[in-house]
Amino acid sequence: MSQSIISPAIISPATQIDPNYNFAYLNEQTKKMIRRALLKAIAIPGYQVPFAGREMPMPYGWGTGGVQITASILTPDDVLKVIDQGADDTTNAVSIRKFFQRTAGIATTLNTSTATVIQTRHRIPEQKLQQGQILVYQVPIPEPLRFLEPRETETRKMHAFEDYGLMHVKLYEDISQHGHIATTYAYPVMVEDRYVMDPSPIPKFDNPKMNNNPALQLFGAGREKRIYAIPPYTKVVSLDFEDHPFEIQAWDQPCEICGAGDSFLDEVIMDDQGTRMFVCSDSDYCQSRSEVQS
Amino acid sequence: MNQPLFSVTNLSKKFGKTIACNDISFDLWPGEILGIVGESGSGKTTLLRSIAGLIKPDQATINYQHKNKTLNIDQMDEPELRHLQRTEWAFVHQHPRDGLRMNVSAGANIGERLMANGWRHYDDIRAEAIKWLEAVEIDAKRIDDLPRTFSGGMQQRLQIARNLVTNPRLIFMDEPTGGLDVSVQARLLDLLRGLVRDLGLSAIIVTHDLAVARLLSNRLMVMKDGQVIEHGLTDQVLEDPQAAYSQLLVSSILQV
Ligand SMILES: Nc1ncnc2c1ncn2[C@@H]1O[C@H](COP(=O)(O)OP(=O)(O)O)[C@@H](O)[C@H]1O
Ligand SMILES: [Mg+2]
Ligand SMILES: [Zn+2]
Repeated sequence: MSQSIISPAIISPATQIDPNYNFAYLNEQTKKMIRRALLKAIAIPGYQVPFAGREMPMPYGWGTGGVQITASILTPDDVLKVIDQGADDTTNAVSIRKFFQRTAGIATTLNTSTATVIQTRHRIPEQKLQQGQILVYQVPIPEPLRFLEPRETETRKMHAFEDYGLMHVKLYEDISQHGHIATTYAYPVMVEDRYVMDPSPIPKFDNPKMNNNPALQLFGAGREKRIYAIPPYTKVVSLDFEDHPFEIQAWDQPCEICGAGDSFLDEVIMDDQGTRMFVCSDSDYCQSRSEVQS
Repeated sequence: MNQPLFSVTNLSKKFGKTIACNDISFDLWPGEILGIVGESGSGKTTLLRSIAGLIKPDQATINYQHKNKTLNIDQMDEPELRHLQRTEWAFVHQHPRDGLRMNVSAGANIGERLMANGWRHYDDIRAEAIKWLEAVEIDAKRIDDLPRTFSGGMQQRLQIARNLVTNPRLIFMDEPTGGLDVSVQARLLDLLRGLVRDLGLSAIIVTHDLAVARLLSNRLMVMKDGQVIEHGLTDQVLEDPQAAYSQLLVSSILQV
């Protein structure tokens, strides 16, 4: 599943595969099974498909659902990017990237537009994705209705019957307690006017990016063994009330490094004196903007 | 008015070897309040839950009159049944915790059915919730409180409000005054009687308490061991019970 848009300078080239592993760690049988689940998920946008997940050589909190999807779709020509909270250099992102370098020998990159496959935890890149790219999300809790209805038998029926009143009950409670919809992460969406879906704990700032996106978006929950998908150019709408419409986060100031006024900002502490600064959470976006300016 | 609103024919339900309901048939006419009485274990709850579509009877024909059309409840697919259950029907459970969401506010409990039916305007939902809190005599200031902070009587009234908010035509009640103190029971009964009358509801109310049945219902069905052993106008059954068991039931209760 590759369609390279390669600019060699920003790629770490393919390396030698560790001969003890099958390509991308999983055996071909498992990959086939996961691909079948993926095809079903793509055919029914937003619907959670169960799959017989495998143990991976890392803890569940590390995104084993996403890792299994990535392992199943990678080809030797792919260029992989891995981000965690927008950054490529956190422990989680680095270890997943290394894992695939070692087991698949594929090229990797930090650059969003160079990557053919991007595995992510908690963010969608600021750089617009393109047709042919695949975004793989790591999902901790796939069921958006669980918060109010813990019974799996019941939530399955609610999805089957489009019986989604409960989702608005949650938003109602938000407003009655906080005066506004206080959900800022994992903000529920309606996919293609049919299935309510949890977009994983991305900030609601990223929700509009899911809508009509040219890239293929795949979601994997390792612990709960669920896969779901948003095919390219799919309608994705954030739930809300007529008198409390969906809104994204906004900041009073642009990024203090690159000056971006359109990106998701993190507040970071710069020194021992506790000096604070607002900077892009997407480090690749911030860096590439800074380079253009300098 | 020339057709029953609700019509049950040959309903049977077994649990293993226990025959909970044995070949029960009856009609409910529009605007009528039917009381189902009988001692504990006689099959009342099983009957009520079966006809309301909450459990599946082994055998039954259940017809419901809906906009000049007869709906066959026992053949209906689940989405359609659920739609009916959250619009035209209401079910008040004996234990409020079975009929309420204990982890969301009173307002959200009342609003849920509205939201499930497509309401998407927060202020409208809230206004409706306040209206129904007042209708069941709960202070509107409690709208954002969790049901667990309510007394048993208030929880039961909240459950009723949550059910009535979509203006149902038919309400099923299973021992609605069950676990409540006598004084609280009396207040709830008055409230129920007023609501049923003002809203023109039809109702099927299950109770082991003949006094409750006498106060609310026009017609009575007496059950014993899964069978209906007597059926008639409430006054008739209470004044002149035919079956020996009904005589015993009536004499024991009305003496108190
Ligand atoms: N879920 C169940 N499983 C097994 N037996 C049941 C179940 N529900 C009810 N029964 C049995 O069916 C009979 C009728 O019970 P029920 O309908 O609850 O009576 P009532 O409401 O009049 O007290 C009783 O013998 C009861 O033990
Ligand atoms: Mg009972
Ligand atoms: Zn920046």
